[in-house]
Amino acid sequence: MIRLDKRPNPSKAWSYSTPLLAVLLTMIFGGLLFAALGKDPFVAIRTIFYDPLFGQHAFFYRPQLLVKAAPLILIAIGLSLGFRAGIWNIGAEGQYIIGALCGAGVGLAFYPTVSFIIFPLMVIAGALGGWAWAMIPALLKTRFGTNEILVSLMLVYVAENLLRGMAVGLMKNPEGFGFPGSRNLAQYPSATSWISQNAGIHWGVVFALIAVIFAYILLTRHMLGFNIRLAGQAPRAARFSGVNPTRLVLFCLGTSGALAGLAGLFEVSGPAGQVTTDFNVGYGFTAIIVAFLGRLHPVGILLAGLLMALTYIGGEIAQSQLQLPAAAIQLFQGMLLFFLLAVDLLTNYRFRPKQGAAA
Amino acid sequence: MDLSSINWLLLLASLMVAATPILLAGIGELVVEKAGVLNLGVEGMMITGAIAGFAMAVESGSPALGFVGAAAAGALLSMLFAVLTQFALANQVASGLALTLFGLGLSSLMGQSYVGLKPPSTPKLDIPLLSDIPVLGPVLFNHDLMVYVAIAIVAGTWAFLKYTRAGLTLRAVGENHEAAHALGYKVIAIRCAAIAFGGACAGLGGAYLSLVRVPQWTEGMTSGAGWIALALVVFASWRPWRVMIGAYLFGGITVLQLNLQAAGLKVPVEYLSMSPYIITIIVLVIMSSGRSRGALGAPASLGRTFHATG
Repeated sequence: MIRLDKRPNPSKAWSYSTPLLAVLLTMIFGGLLFAALGKDPFVAIRTIFYDPLFGQHAFFYRPQLLVKAAPLILIAIGLSLGFRAGIWNIGAEGQYIIGALCGAGVGLAFYPTVSFIIFPLMVIAGALGGWAWAMIPALLKTRFGTNEILVSLMLVYVAENLLRGMAVGLMKNPEGFGFPGSRNLAQYPSATSWISQNAGIHWGVVFALIAVIFAYILLTRHMLGFNIRLAGQAPRAARFSGVNPTRLVLFCLGTSGALAGLAGLFEVSGPAGQVTTDFNVGYGFTAIIVAFLGRLHPVGILLAGLLMALTYIGGEIAQSQLQLPAAAIQLFQGMLLFFLLAVDLLTNYRFRPKQGAAA
Repeated sequence: MDLSSINWLLLLASLMVAATPILLAGIGELVVEKAGVLNLGVEGMMITGAIAGFAMAVESGSPALGFVGAAAAGALLSMLFAVLTQFALANQVASGLALTLFGLGLSSLMGQSYVGLKPPSTPKLDIPLLSDIPVLGPVLFNHDLMVYVAIAIVAGTWAFLKYTRAGLTLRAVGENHEAAHALGYKVIAIRCAAIAFGGACAGLGGAYLSLVRVPQWTEGMTSGAGWIALALVVFASWRPWRVMIGAYLFGGITVLQLNLQAAGLKVPVEYLSMSPYIITIIVLVIMSSGRSRGALGAPASLGRTFHATG
């Protein structure tokens, strides 16, 4: 028999290698899945992980990598702060939508004015929108002790309905021939987030990098970051050392909401271009996987975001070239989180052979 | 708006149908949480049950087999969660989320060839005499079997938890797993059984959506029902009969909201569709603000990982 012993400290070596192990396991089981769907697993894995980077049309796909990774990284950085402290914001998808609606609302209100001030105003509105939406579960938690997981999640469905209402109502393009959806912000130079569409750079990419740096400094060099880690690892010790839980909840949920809102705004004014009924594509949920895959560490999240973006792009290629269903990619991403959580056992515990009857 | 166009009798009759999916999923989750495990994957198990039951019913032509298949699929999926949390000692919140994300992907993959099909219809029980009673008859006694199975599961769960030794053991595991372990109870095995029961119930709830309530398969058709079931357990302060009351209240709101849409209330459909979610939030706030009573029901070991040392 084998016995599990808790390690006194999580293993450093394993905590770096478990994400890689999880990716490897996902590739193996994903390959089996693709084989079960009647596709050549090796071709499928190569199409997803290799072709977008080094394949024949890589010059076309590489810029998209940044476009897809930016929102994932922005959202995941925010979520990771809360997850570290044991504050579970599951509703980033909703905050993303509200951020996009607020930001787009400002942009659309100024149409067709030309001014350099419009885009910064949109950025502020987007961040505030996401922040305010996250403040609902935060205030309910601190004031009434309501479970933030359920409230933030319920608000996703509220936000989705609001988005639908806006796309066919208030924000509908008056020159859109009656079709749902707003004016295209990407074609409105004062309001677009694009810096260079060909290089795949928009302001979201810039903000994602800034967020990574700030989160790194916060967590390693700042008292607040230390308190966040303390509250997650030793809640009792945190209480005795005077960490204010209310302030921590407000900060973590507020920051993640604002970052998700920003991600939504950059998306709606750039890659997506307009507010449509199905503008959100689940980045808020995929970002949860990204946060865990990156081990809640800013640099890890940066890498995990890029990897996850790769599966999105590779998945699209596999969809068009191999007729691999889109759902298979979604399943693939879900599998990754499963394996990640499972192999984490190696980080926190070690296996020991059980010693006969004497033990 | 024309309120008189709403048939209140029909509304009451459809209330029980609307409530059944979340009632089933909710009572399953209640047992899981009573055993001290927080499984946030209800949504994923429900939607997997929805497609598994749908596929099974379409292929076999029998709705009954569909429900059996859905329960099996839900239980099977929940075992993934059990392996993660009970054997790999992973965080329960994260594992539950993983289960939901995985279930949503799995279901849309499984459901590709079933979009637009009609499932075999589930017959209504016309209970003689009882269903002929005016008013009460159509409201209470003119439904399909699953509506009553759901109530029977609630009754069974209540009796099991309150009167049987096994139920007491399960509650002990949920309240204090260290003590239960010291007394010689198999904490992990009991929790795995509870998780499987929760998965089977969630699967049944999902199948009820795709086979009776809608009845059709569409991607993401549970649209938060699993999460509402989780909220229902909190609302019920972990008591079986209150889960039922909560589910029927909620079913009533859903049906009323749909009827208001049909009656042409001067509010866009999108805003009316928000109401179930907003009401869930309000209910959660009310339940949690009465801290002394609301928190009493929560099992003390809820969400904590158990690892037997020595």
